[in-house]
Amino acid sequence: MSTKVTGRPAFFQSYGQELALFNTRPKKVGVALVVLVAVLGPFFLQDPLLRTLSLAFVFAIGALGLNMVTGLAGQVSLGHAFFVGIGAYTAAAISGDPDARTIGFGVQEMWVWLPAAGIVAALFGVLVAPIATRLRGLYLAIVTLGLVFLGEHVFREWSSLTGGAGVGRSAADPVLFGFDFSQSSSDSSFTGPQQLYSLMLALLLVFALAARNIGRSKVGRSFAAVRDRDMAAEMMGIDLPRAKTLAFALSSFYAGCAGALLYTISGFFDPGSFSLLLSVQFIAMVLIGGAGTVGGTIAGALFVSLLPTLSRELPRFLTFLSSSPAETPNVFQVEQILYGLLIVVFLLFEPRGLYGIWVRLRTYWKSWPFSY
Amino acid sequence: MSPVLELDDVHLAFAGVKAVNGVSLHVDPGELFAIIGPNGAGKTSLFNVISGVYRPQRGRVRFLGQSTLGEKPSTIAGRGVARTFQNIALFEHLTVIDNLMLGRHQHIRYGAASAIAWLGRARQQEIHHRRFCEEIVDFLELEAWRRQPVGLLPYGVQKRVELGRALAMEPKLLLLDEPVAGMNLEETEDMARFVLDIRDELDVPIIMVEHDMGLVMDLADRILVVDFGTPVTTGTPAEVQTHPEVVRAYLGEEVSR
Repeated sequence: MSTKVTGRPAFFQSYGQELALFNTRPKKVGVALVVLVAVLGPFFLQDPLLRTLSLAFVFAIGALGLNMVTGLAGQVSLGHAFFVGIGAYTAAAISGDPDARTIGFGVQEMWVWLPAAGIVAALFGVLVAPIATRLRGLYLAIVTLGLVFLGEHVFREWSSLTGGAGVGRSAADPVLFGFDFSQSSSDSSFTGPQQLYSLMLALLLVFALAARNIGRSKVGRSFAAVRDRDMAAEMMGIDLPRAKTLAFALSSFYAGCAGALLYTISGFFDPGSFSLLLSVQFIAMVLIGGAGTVGGTIAGALFVSLLPTLSRELPRFLTFLSSSPAETPNVFQVEQILYGLLIVVFLLFEPRGLYGIWVRLRTYWKSWPFSY
Repeated sequence: MSPVLELDDVHLAFAGVKAVNGVSLHVDPGELFAIIGPNGAGKTSLFNVISGVYRPQRGRVRFLGQSTLGEKPSTIAGRGVARTFQNIALFEHLTVIDNLMLGRHQHIRYGAASAIAWLGRARQQEIHHRRFCEEIVDFLELEAWRRQPVGLLPYGVQKRVELGRALAMEPKLLLLDEPVAGMNLEETEDMARFVLDIRDELDVPIIMVEHDMGLVMDLADRILVVDFGTPVTTGTPAEVQTHPEVVRAYLGEEVSR
């Protein structure tokens, strides 16, 4: 028998109840509200902001991938941009125009190119994983850093696929069952950005749910075990190479999908995009948001993606800052400094990131008027 | 009655250091076997040989009649060897329950695909094994700390959680590496009670490395004494206590004036 006990949110009467995704009422209501506001976004936000937010949602998908390998499994990877690039080019090639100057197979349907991008990136992840099974910590970071430079070089030189440096190629078309999300069709009353926003939001929700499920399952637990104490994990019967390979594969799958989607918004991309800076942005999202948590990672991705929008307003208040990249000091420099500064500040003062701040706030109000 | 574990003339050396030098032992079903010896005698090295962390240069290791030499630690764990560590090796950021659930890892049967969907099988398995973990929580009296990250718990409790994690594996052989090291009298007595309960109620054979001689002499059925990797003697507590070589290993030789 299960009766409702009011005012005791942590009083669970069955394991099923406790293991539920949102196991308390505040969680249910809170998440429902956030999702509701996000869904209603297109009705009260302007197109440019919707565009930024769609980008942020895609970045969040990529960051969820990095969170899996770095936040959960504890394998520091600076090579995330490489896998994002693999996904972007796989999708663009599958969906591209066969008659264009760059490789294209003309299969525009998203349900083909999106999983394909993820799977190809995941395969590369599996190829890289053996390195992770032999190295850890800083050494792994350095090797994955090398991956970014390898990728950058190949992308720059392989111009029949990528269009070459400074030229680029058109991205995959967001077409699902004949409906192109980037174009406002005659029979729909929504603009392109509004449709793209809804698409990316829906995809983010799916990817986030999957990430959360992985996190709370046997798989996620084994990742956390490898992170906390790899030798003990082995004694629990966890095959370390297998666990790390799986972490890299899943993470790269997310990265590949994010890469495929990222440039459908602008429609065009350049091989220079997949640089170390992109990797650092992903790391900033995970660290600022809160390593190991899904909600935190999404918050971090939104925060980092919206940072430029905020910092471009700076010259209005700080007149010595220029908004042109040709002058010094300009807002773009400030942006880069902010990424670094925020990572440092968070690591020093709140290593659990935005998620940690949220936990602190929650604890404060839970125990109020007592200090602990 | 065939022994659970047999070691036959095991040699393990790190370059010039002979950590294990010709140790043979066998552990029978339901037995509480203790290994004692001064610091650096190679007791933990023996554990590492049994659980597959080190591969001995010479000798045989047989668990339940099958050789485990050259197998990965995770495979040996899968066969039913569970252990605790001298210096606690818990997953510090995870809760007590999650640590116990990790002990269940190899018994939980679902793949990554059903984990992503979390419908039916994955959920059902999680609930089923959670119930098992709660029984261990109950057995080791860990109720109060169930949902706390283990890194924040007191030392004695962490030791108990580690024992629980090993029990969650439903082991066929349990290796305890200094279960009461650094504990006060009360915690030691509690742990002794748990160890006896494990052997008698759960019927799990145990090998225990321990420096607390009172505990070892009270609990163990048989004792192996090692010194500098070399076996000194094996016998019941009474036999071992009076063995001249053992006395010499622990107390040193009498110096003639």
